[in-house]
Amino acid sequence: MLEFKNVSYSVGEKQILKNINLEISDRFVAVTGPNGSGKSTVAKLISGIITPTEGRIFFNGEDITEMSITDRAKAGISFAFQQPVRFKGITVKDLISLASGKNISVSESCAFLSEVGLCAKDYINREVNASLSGGELKRIEIAMINARGTVMSVFDEPEAGIDLWSFNNLIKVFEKMYERTQGTIMIISHQERILNIADKIIVLADGEVVEYGDKDAVFPKLMDVRTGCRFTKTTLV
Amino acid sequence: MDKIQQNLLEQVAGIHEVPEGAYSLRINGQLHGKNSSENIEIVRKEDKPGIDIYIKEGTKNESVHIPVILSQSGLKELVYNDFHIGEGCDITIVAGCGIHNGGSENSEHSGIHSFFVGKNARCKYIEKHYGEGDGNGKNVMNPTTVVELAEGAYLEMETAQIKGVDSTNRVTNAKLDKNATLIVREKIMTHGDQYAETTFDVELNGENSGTHVISRSVACDRSKQKFISRVKGNAKCSGHTECDAIIMDEAQVSAIPEILAQNPDASLIHEAAIGKIAGEQLIKLMTLGLSEKEAEEEIVNGFLR
Repeated sequence: MLEFKNVSYSVGEKQILKNINLEISDRFVAVTGPNGSGKSTVAKLISGIITPTEGRIFFNGEDITEMSITDRAKAGISFAFQQPVRFKGITVKDLISLASGKNISVSESCAFLSEVGLCAKDYINREVNASLSGGELKRIEIAMINARGTVMSVFDEPEAGIDLWSFNNLIKVFEKMYERTQGTIMIISHQERILNIADKIIVLADGEVVEYGDKDAVFPKLMDVRTGCRFTKTTLV
Repeated sequence: MDKIQQNLLEQVAGIHEVPEGAYSLRINGQLHGKNSSENIEIVRKEDKPGIDIYIKEGTKNESVHIPVILSQSGLKELVYNDFHIGEGCDITIVAGCGIHNGGSENSEHSGIHSFFVGKNARCKYIEKHYGEGDGNGKNVMNPTTVVELAEGAYLEMETAQIKGVDSTNRVTNAKLDKNATLIVREKIMTHGDQYAETTFDVELNGENSGTHVISRSVACDRSKQKFISRVKGNAKCSGHTECDAIIMDEAQVSAIPEILAQNPDASLIHEAAIGKIAGEQLIKLMTLGLSEKEAEEEIVNGFLR
């Protein structure tokens, strides 16, 4: 479904990603690795916020390397930011309506909020401004991706800042999302419990893919510090 | 009323025909109609253009509409409207001015509105300014608002000028007595070569008086805006003034907030921020499938809501 062919990305002299080759078509794909390994860069390349300095990206067989953010969104790619954006004057309902691509009813938008553990009545007319906490914004960000219901959804550390809400609920959200979209959900995460639900795990280190395979094969290596995997020491200890 | 006038009325007052209850409707420099109600008396001024509006003390949950429509190009007028709001009232006043200028001469409406708000009265004042027209003539509006709030009085002003006003100079002067509160929410959007200047002078004279003056504006194309706010604290009081502007294209915005404390218990704050639309806001909306232009419109509409 999604393919990176010899993708590199540099800023000036600094090479952030080095010759990445990936084929992604599974249900849940987790991306992990130390800070600065290039995980968020992969998400930005998929959504079109940045374009590769070398290599091509394909989505459902089509070369999308030069495609705009808007056109990729329309083609079925969604991206939940690591740090959600605030807007003065724009309400939660506005964003969920925009995400769903139509003027949805209050009860429909409430359903998306309830799913991420927010009491819809309290939030639906709130402005997405500085009065919302980081955790609240993260949940709204997830609700927006849910409202879009696209075949490819990328989440950049969705669990960060969500304290009181159990991971089980977050995982349920992803499972329900899959039931609806039957697509691919890519989750950038350091959390063991999120990595544990993945079908495949990609491990990045220093701008390169150091592991990519079935969870059952990759996960034990990440967990077993005694094997002395160089990337586990920095991320999961 | 013709179609053009009906449309202007819709834009500034959200109504299609003469309003219900107390109203005064002014079209092309003439009083088109007025209606008093049991508690609200509207009297035409004898010595100059304009009206006096007397609201009986204790009047609650009533409203007054006083729209002004100009569809004749080249008309210039200066109108005085005085609101005398009795003690303990709770009312809404809807004003607004719409100009359609299809000619080459400038059309100009200057309104001087004075509010005398009685003890413990509450008043919400809503004012919309709108201009349109296909001629070369400019639409000019220069509103002056004078506010005197008696002890415990509360006035909330919501003013909006979103479209079609080529030049405006808004002046608001307010004096607040003990326990009085003034809230101002101003929204301005300018396009083309438009110019908008707005000046607030608020004197907090009474103990525990307070004000929030909040201006949100968007300047596009080559338009220019100037925001001046002066809040004086002459007693134990609280004052807050905020100017938040989005700047686009080659527009210019200047914000000049001044706070003057003349009493050690005066607590005054000013905030001013001018900047373009944040790139991350555009990107977020584009990842939802909006084009860059659509994203920009959503952000501006929300900001000025």
